[in-house]
Amino acid sequence: MVTALTGALALSLVTGCAQGDSVSAGGNTVTYWLWDANQLPAYQACAKGFEKNNPGLKVKITQMGWADYWTKLTASFIAGTEPDVFTDHIQKFGQFADLKVLEPLDDLGIDDSAYQSGLAANWKGQDGHRYGAPKDWDTVALFYNQKMAKEAGLTADQLNSLSWNPKDGGTFEKAIARLTVDKNGKRGDEEGFDKNNVKVYGMATGGAGDADGQTTWSPFVASAGWNYTDKARWGTKYQYDSETFQSVVDWYFGLAKKGYLAPFTDYTDGANPANAQVASGKAATSFDGAWMISTYHTTKGLDVGTAPTPIGPTGKRATMMNGLADSVTKNSRNKEGAKKWVRYLASNECQKTVGGYGIVFPATPDGTRAAVAAYKKKGIDVSAFTEPVNDKKDSATFSFPITDYAADVYSLMRPAMQDVFANDAPVSGLTSTNDQINLVLGQ
Amino acid sequence: MTIASSSPPSRLPLGDATGAGTKQRTRRAASRETQGDGRLAAVFIAPALLGFAVFLLWPTLRGIYLSFTRFNLLTPAEWVGLDNYVRMVNDPIFWDSLTVTVEYVVINIGVQTVSALAIAVLLQRLTQSAVLRGIVLTPYLMSNVVAGIVWLWILDTQLGIGNEIISAVGADRIPFLADETWAIPTIALINVWRHVGYTALLLFAGLQAIPGDVYEAAKVDGASEWRMFWRITMPLLRPVLAVVLIMTVIGSFQVFDTVAVTTAGGPANATNVLQYYIYGAAFGRFQFGYASAMSVALLVVLSAITVIQYRLTRAGQTDLG
Repeated sequence: MVTALTGALALSLVTGCAQGDSVSAGGNTVTYWLWDANQLPAYQACAKGFEKNNPGLKVKITQMGWADYWTKLTASFIAGTEPDVFTDHIQKFGQFADLKVLEPLDDLGIDDSAYQSGLAANWKGQDGHRYGAPKDWDTVALFYNQKMAKEAGLTADQLNSLSWNPKDGGTFEKAIARLTVDKNGKRGDEEGFDKNNVKVYGMATGGAGDADGQTTWSPFVASAGWNYTDKARWGTKYQYDSETFQSVVDWYFGLAKKGYLAPFTDYTDGANPANAQVASGKAATSFDGAWMISTYHTTKGLDVGTAPTPIGPTGKRATMMNGLADSVTKNSRNKEGAKKWVRYLASNECQKTVGGYGIVFPATPDGTRAAVAAYKKKGIDVSAFTEPVNDKKDSATFSFPITDYAADVYSLMRPAMQDVFANDAPVSGLTSTNDQINLVLGQ
Repeated sequence: MTIASSSPPSRLPLGDATGAGTKQRTRRAASRETQGDGRLAAVFIAPALLGFAVFLLWPTLRGIYLSFTRFNLLTPAEWVGLDNYVRMVNDPIFWDSLTVTVEYVVINIGVQTVSALAIAVLLQRLTQSAVLRGIVLTPYLMSNVVAGIVWLWILDTQLGIGNEIISAVGADRIPFLADETWAIPTIALINVWRHVGYTALLLFAGLQAIPGDVYEAAKVDGASEWRMFWRITMPLLRPVLAVVLIMTVIGSFQVFDTVAVTTAGGPANATNVLQYYIYGAAFGRFQFGYASAMSVALLVVLSAITVIQYRLTRAGQTDLG
């Protein structure tokens, strides 16, 4: 009996478990959390610059992996051991704003025009206050195995100018069919291709894409003219019930039925993400984010190239442009120091330093230029990621959906999209999921 | 209790042979004595009682209270009456996760108990080797999360060594953790692999308590091993088996970590066991009130199952002697 009690009520106890290491130090120290280990040296360099400019203030940086990061941050808010400043993600912003755990940053004097377009505006809450200072940005592009592309007879120019449509898939579908090879060496576009015994898939699977499809279906639905919500920011209705959305998703997952896209079962978040499928030679291409550039380029035995997302029915390419920000916690023990640090993180000076490491695109144009130069020095061409941001004529960028109840949307859409991809459930079923989501949003 | 029996018997009241006055005194002395024992008992019980109150009773009561509130943990709880329970009854995902959990428990406990019993009997009847007992226990020494991750890698459809072997012998690869039909049985068997040794050792200890002369007598009568198992081992092991079953069923209902690291509830909620759903509601969506209501439901389900199991298996009685 006693054991039964413990199990069912462990929940109440967990609140106590989060206590322990007090992180926020107060006094003259500013505690700062980030999740990307690759970026740690760059921000340590920034911290040095900051400490030099602000004698007496010290920055203590803690880095932990993506999954642990959010669990620990949540626990720290509950236990009152939150850091003074942390790297914030737009997907979590709505929830943190709801929970009122963020400090308004209006007095930092952030100038929207000092950053790449749209980045600063995303971090304003529904109450009109600013809760994050722009830090960096990323876009999505197509990584491809150069050797496999050459064997398939596809040139870089061809891959850079692919287009698609939901009817016959366009040159994009032709290309990934060509890159697909079955057990007998037949290519996806050849007579006698065996779709049930594929050796190399034309495109790696990144799973079902949850609610955003950032590196899966989002470049396609967006270049077909669809957007997640009725408004660019703080929308009140999601649009997963749209015919455009559903037909594009149907076509996209249909690529797996044709044997060109690796099936859902080949994807495991922990064991076999898209980049691992490309690294192991099981897939020829994959859509992935700019944060993966170094990972792909340092993969042993892989000669990788990148191409922008294909041109869609709107006549434009589309990629999500997602920007991170630095936020100050409401219960920070050193608000003044924290704000100074965020101001410095958002400054051209720090962003140029970070850019110089060639691991991420900082939010200021100068920072971005520094990053592009640093990548070039390493022999990496990043134009597939930067072009969509610079070229507004042929490319469109869009943001993560910014709404209330993001966690609820995620928990409803994740199984629904998996059902479509893994279990071949009809895509029209997403309409009822969308109704549920809008019901939650309308609360 | 040892405290009560430590009182010297000579000091106990001996009846009224010594007259009324003495009787009065003796009674007073006895009552003082009992009081003294009571205080001593209280001192001994206090730490356990304090632990029970702080770590079980209070969280239980608070959990039940929270199930009647809307609570995001960061702002004060707001009383909503039965709202969370109404929502729970009408929540198809809750019922779905309960079904998934039961499916998991049936496979997990069924396979685990039979295998553990077989291992325990073999350990007792064939060998007394402590090394072998140690080996049987090894998977249990590994953390659930590590076991989950290792199996995730072994069973990965495309890259896992398990599937490489399946593919090498000419069979089709099996998406053990990525297919809705395979996922729950796979997770159940991963946990069988981890727990079966421990369960076998518990049963083995129970077998040790069965007197050897019973088997000797049966042997003299010409009974086979098979017959002895069903006529002697099983009936005499019943109380231990019952307790082991109750404990493992409770543990099995609370499956969480293996799911969290291997499938995260997917694909399409196929492995969204109740504890994982509760966790998501609480720490993903900050709906601690609703999560508490579901926790209370789990408590009720487990209590009912435990009582039924206890009655059915007559866990409190033995057939020995």
